[in-house]
Amino acid sequence: MSILLTKETRVICQGFTGSQGTFHSEQAIHYGTRMVGGVTPGKGGQTHLGLPVFNTVKDAVRNTAAEASVIYVPAPFCKDSILEAAFAGIKLIVCITEGIPTLDMLDVKVKCDELGVRLIGPNCPGVITPGQAKIGIMPGNIHKPGKVGIVSRSGTLTYEAVKQTTDFGFGQSSCVGIGGDPIPGSNFIDILGLFEKDDQTEAIVMIGEIGGTAEEEAAAYIKQNVSKPVVSYIAGVTAPAGKRMGHAGAIISGGKGTAAEKFASLEDAGVTTVKSLADIGKAISMVTGW
Amino acid sequence: MNLHEYQAKQLFAEYGLPVSKGFAVDNAEDAAAAADKLGGEKWVVKAQVHAGGRGKAGGVKLVSSKDEIKAFAERWLGKNLVTYQTDSNGQPVSRILVETCTDIAKELYLGAVVDRSSRRIVFMASTEGGVEIEKVAEDSPEKILRAIIDPLCGAQPYQARELAFQLGLNDVQVKQFTHLFLGLAKLFADLDLALLEINPLVITSEGNLHCLDGKINIDGNALYRQPKLRAMHDPSQDDERESRAAKWELNYVALDGNIGCMVNGAGLAMGTMDIVQLHGGHPANFLDVGGGATKERVTEAFKIILSDTNVRAVLINIFGGIVRCDMIAEGIIGAVSEVGVAVPVVVRLEGNNAELGRRVLSDSGLNIIAATSLTDAAEKVVAAAGGVK
Repeated sequence: MSILLTKETRVICQGFTGSQGTFHSEQAIHYGTRMVGGVTPGKGGQTHLGLPVFNTVKDAVRNTAAEASVIYVPAPFCKDSILEAAFAGIKLIVCITEGIPTLDMLDVKVKCDELGVRLIGPNCPGVITPGQAKIGIMPGNIHKPGKVGIVSRSGTLTYEAVKQTTDFGFGQSSCVGIGGDPIPGSNFIDILGLFEKDDQTEAIVMIGEIGGTAEEEAAAYIKQNVSKPVVSYIAGVTAPAGKRMGHAGAIISGGKGTAAEKFASLEDAGVTTVKSLADIGKAISMVTGW
Repeated sequence: MNLHEYQAKQLFAEYGLPVSKGFAVDNAEDAAAAADKLGGEKWVVKAQVHAGGRGKAGGVKLVSSKDEIKAFAERWLGKNLVTYQTDSNGQPVSRILVETCTDIAKELYLGAVVDRSSRRIVFMASTEGGVEIEKVAEDSPEKILRAIIDPLCGAQPYQARELAFQLGLNDVQVKQFTHLFLGLAKLFADLDLALLEINPLVITSEGNLHCLDGKINIDGNALYRQPKLRAMHDPSQDDERESRAAKWELNYVALDGNIGCMVNGAGLAMGTMDIVQLHGGHPANFLDVGGGATKERVTEAFKIILSDTNVRAVLINIFGGIVRCDMIAEGIIGAVSEVGVAVPVVVRLEGNNAELGRRVLSDSGLNIIAATSLTDAAEKVVAAAGGVK
């Protein structure tokens, strides 16, 4: 079945007529995503990429019955855009933008939870259900419909895992980039829960990195709630303490958030870990017998 | 972005919070003059650097004459202060803070951070002030009191009272603490802080609460809406190469190995460093060239990597998602010829047009070693840098 997104999901784009919105919406349409329109305030009534443009998300939802929205607007406007989508009744919001102030995310997260909205990102590649639809900036062509669910804090590391699972012939059920920010809309646990319930997903790849304790929390969750085999890689064994490694959330602070702690928690939870990111495919093969 | 102590205290004062009177000065004469302006017979002089552990390193001193103040200023201004939190070069001292002296009866701790697990601003208070709070958290976690701030309601006075009574404060101090707590919560939210620390928060010999130190870290993503804080940035405290990289929107962090790394994507950049180490090598840096790896940015990235004289080989690892590998290959060729790279360069290209990219590289006639996989790339670059040590 896949998770979050199918070829039936009706998707709009906020920041539709901008350069990012245009480029990635074109790619999404080409991939098969059911794009039904977009929102750019002041450009309502126009047509862009053959689809209607609306002034507000409310208008877009009323006219297209959109269920999902992808956000490409600049960081200073993302809080507003996410809340606009959430209050307009959108149930899946994928925010690609990097650089949103952390305090904005604290408010946004409270409201999304209250309204029952699933927010993916920010600072993420998005969500793809291979062979059906994609929302985000990932290259569609490296994916292959299949049975591995992938969840990751990093874009390019997700692509590595995708490539290996494609090369081994396993394919992917869905791939979710939860993003590299300290306060993500969805965390590992949210997505692991969805993969556990999804029939199509037979094994899970979880890619973490230094900073915070999301991986440790995921390990505790896996121990109790996940029956499917999980393979995990954590980036940043060589990262020095106190330095931000590119992602806003990738920082070891006060001695907490090291790769070693995360590996240990995951191994304790029965997760198969790999120390080399080149070994993800091999590890799935080993643990599943595929 | 970090602030200096004197800047943090300036902000505390603007929010009506109790700090010592003081002047931040950049020369010995002004330092002595500051003592005159402050009056009294004893002062505290403090070197201003973005690092903790200044006291033990000699960067904080209690003085009782203007000669001592001048001597301290001459000892530190223009020099580097090395503490347990800095690297072996230390941090440059371009200002010292001259303050009135405070008589201390007791040292407490008060801090606030954005807690990632609870997704809330969390205040922490402790009776164990003046020491490293991480140590307290490890050795006696029960001594750290917490107050969780609801994002939509904001900090409430009852939360301050709960902490204050547990800290054993008297009635007057509870009121002072409440004022302090609410002021700091407002400051945290108004100024987009990521971390705030007053260590120690002292009770003076007169029984009043007083912020003796101040540490503030601001969310870099919010600086666009904090122009006043942006103006407080002190570039002398940043790593020179890291700042240079930032100007080109490159993320660079120096490490102490000898294999330079150039990668697209932060996660993959870390993963590349890890795989280099796994194969017996030592990464010299973290460097994320980002999605749009143009010739200009690759050139600049090379210059930054090679400005580290330890570098014996460079590994370029690109997973072309949307970007085309052949374009990146051209960028690499252009950069290698322009910069005149003398060390071996190992390149692994994967993804969009990778095959074509590899061909472009091999046809270039430059000393570029093509790798067929990530593992192959790691092995080749470790060998090129002189093998496993």
